Amino acid sequence: MEFLLIKFVLVVIVFAVSLGIAAYSTYAERKIAAFLQDRVGPDRAGPFGLLQPLADGVKMFMKEEIIPSNADRLLFILGPCIMMMTACMTGVVIPWGHGLEINGTFYPVQITDINIGILYVFGVVSIGVYGIMIGGWASNNKYSLMGAIRASSQMISYELAMGMAVIALIMTTGTLSVREMVEQQHGIHWNVFTQPLGVILFIVCAFAECNRTPFDLPECETELVGGYHTEYSSMKLGFYLFAEYINMFISSAIIASLYFGGYNFPFIDQLGLSPNMLSIVGTLIFFGKIFFFIFFFMWIRWTIPRFRYDQLMHLGWRTMIPLGILNILGTGIYVLYKNGQLHF
Amino acid sequence: MQLTNRSKVVVNKEMTFAEKIYLPAILSGLLITIKHLFRKKATVKYPEQTRPVAPVYRGWHVLKRDEQGRENCTACGLCAVACPAEAITMTAAERKKGEEHLYREEKYAAVYEINMLRCIYCGLCEEACPKEAIFLTDRMVPSDMVRTNFIFGKDKLVEGTEADKRIDVSLRAKAHRHQ
Amino acid sequence: MNPSLPFFVLATLSVFSALMVVLSRKPVHSVLYLIFCFFTIGGHYLLLNAQFLFAVHIIVYAGAIMVLFLFTLMFINMNKELEPHKTNLLKGAATVAAGCLLLVMVGVTKGAESLAANSNRTDVGTVANLGKALYGQYLLPFELISILLLAAMVGAVLLGKKSVE
Repeated sequence: MEFLLIKFVLVVIVFAVSLGIAAYSTYAERKIAAFLQDRVGPDRAGPFGLLQPLADGVKMFMKEEIIPSNADRLLFILGPCIMMMTACMTGVVIPWGHGLEINGTFYPVQITDINIGILYVFGVVSIGVYGIMIGGWASNNKYSLMGAIRASSQMISYELAMGMAVIALIMTTGTLSVREMVEQQHGIHWNVFTQPLGVILFIVCAFAECNRTPFDLPECETELVGGYHTEYSSMKLGFYLFAEYINMFISSAIIASLYFGGYNFPFIDQLGLSPNMLSIVGTLIFFGKIFFFIFFFMWIRWTIPRFRYDQLMHLGWRTMIPLGILNILGTGIYVLYKNGQLHF
Repeated sequence: MQLTNRSKVVVNKEMTFAEKIYLPAILSGLLITIKHLFRKKATVKYPEQTRPVAPVYRGWHVLKRDEQGRENCTACGLCAVACPAEAITMTAAERKKGEEHLYREEKYAAVYEINMLRCIYCGLCEEACPKEAIFLTDRMVPSDMVRTNFIFGKDKLVEGTEADKRIDVSLRAKAHRHQ
Repeated sequence: MNPSLPFFVLATLSVFSALMVVLSRKPVHSVLYLIFCFFTIGGHYLLLNAQFLFAVHIIVYAGAIMVLFLFTLMFINMNKELEPHKTNLLKGAATVAAGCLLLVMVGVTKGAESLAANSNRTDVGTVANLGKALYGQYLLPFELISILLLAAMVGAVLLGKKSVE
């Protein structure tokens, strides 16, 4: 019973934090966009415009809800639901901190540590594309359909390369559990140093999976009006946009925990703090890393223009996947060499 | 004809390896954008701050009065003739007995209208005026929802008689004399 | 709670969604029901403690292959008038084929009854055990399958390439 209660509290906290960070990511996006363009950004709602996400939310709720008359009603509603659901589900396997020891019992700051953690993430992400596809098809609009089709082909292409990057990582870590991967990166033994090519591949694919610039072709305004969410309005549109920011937060968390040490930080043993204190500091540092990657996502968005569709496919199939295979080969040699099984 | 030396001839040459992997170019782009993060913002927070307007700015017209508070305009119509946008219309009237404190000369403009949507703020009316009656000022014409509200009559053009409602056009008048 | 209750709930859902795949009017709905069916089958894998199989099933079938199905179906404008006419001969052939498949399935499940007693071990489906089995006991078939897949991939690339004059 106590187990269930703790897990319930954790789920609520992770859910609330994801939503809160996603809400403020919208604000951060606008602020960063403004700063990078020598502007000020939203500063009217509250001090420094901090109430802007609230105002945006109210605006979204107040808008008229429109379902096109020729749309498939059920699927039209199902689309944003799937999108939001899959976005929120991924946070379950991420270890947010080492854990707290209270009265002799150890409580890990993670909802569940399943032994196929990273595969679970892939599974959920691969379901996420249905949100876009169903929504785009059910709208009964050619632009929406084009957006949906672009989204699906882009997601499939980059999921492959992402999988390749992660396979190389699994070869060095020898585990699928995200928690064990993070524990192995104790101190400064981060995976980024053993997998430099893998990091680049993974981050590029994460951009593509999140539909972020330079890979935001599914909602490419210049060609497709609004892409898959052209026909959406009110809070259904809000769900789509919001899910994008949750995805961004979660992928930042995954990049940080797979390659950049998660809640580990250099000189963790030399500080001389109590384990509980270290765990709290570690969680804060983990969030610092996440915020850096969220910033990085936005920084890229306001720097690089969008790829053309054929360039996107070219990059995915002819560059990322061969590089991924090369990385696997290199990692294999490295692992053999490290274990002393390679003799020249 | 070459106007600047910034133009670049496009050549379809093979990219080098460094260019082909994109990453150096992306990194240099990121450096450029991050520099802008610390630049001075170009924004003027409008209702609290306003951009400085030149004192000789050509905005909302004023019909001047003389020192005794009498309207300078004699409705000669030279400004209407000079106006390239044909924005000015007026109706002249004769000054009655007992109105000497209102109008400086025997003839005055009973109706004087400028269509602010037609006006191009060129200042030719000001140059044409022999009586120094009309001037353009540094006041902006406010926006409105209805077209008819942009036809400014004497109520919006003539300056007030009280000292604090007078509109200073000395700089503008000086600029004129120098021309 | 009856321990086999989750199984019965999942099984009912699987059969229902599988029927809906066949009975739905719109092809896109069929595909979506099929995806749902895959999820319920994935649930069965989980009940058997085969988490790795579950994850791979979801990623590969629900996540990738069905996306391609949906992808092609979205382009097709299917309606009543365009539906190809089915002759009685075709219908008969389909019935016979489906009957044969049913026979095979019944035959397979009859032999599997003795296996069910073995499946009480909880760690049989984990990644480590599966890996050991694949790279130990079943190494030859596993490698043969990988060669087959490679050949198929090369063939697909060759077919997809524009013919050089």
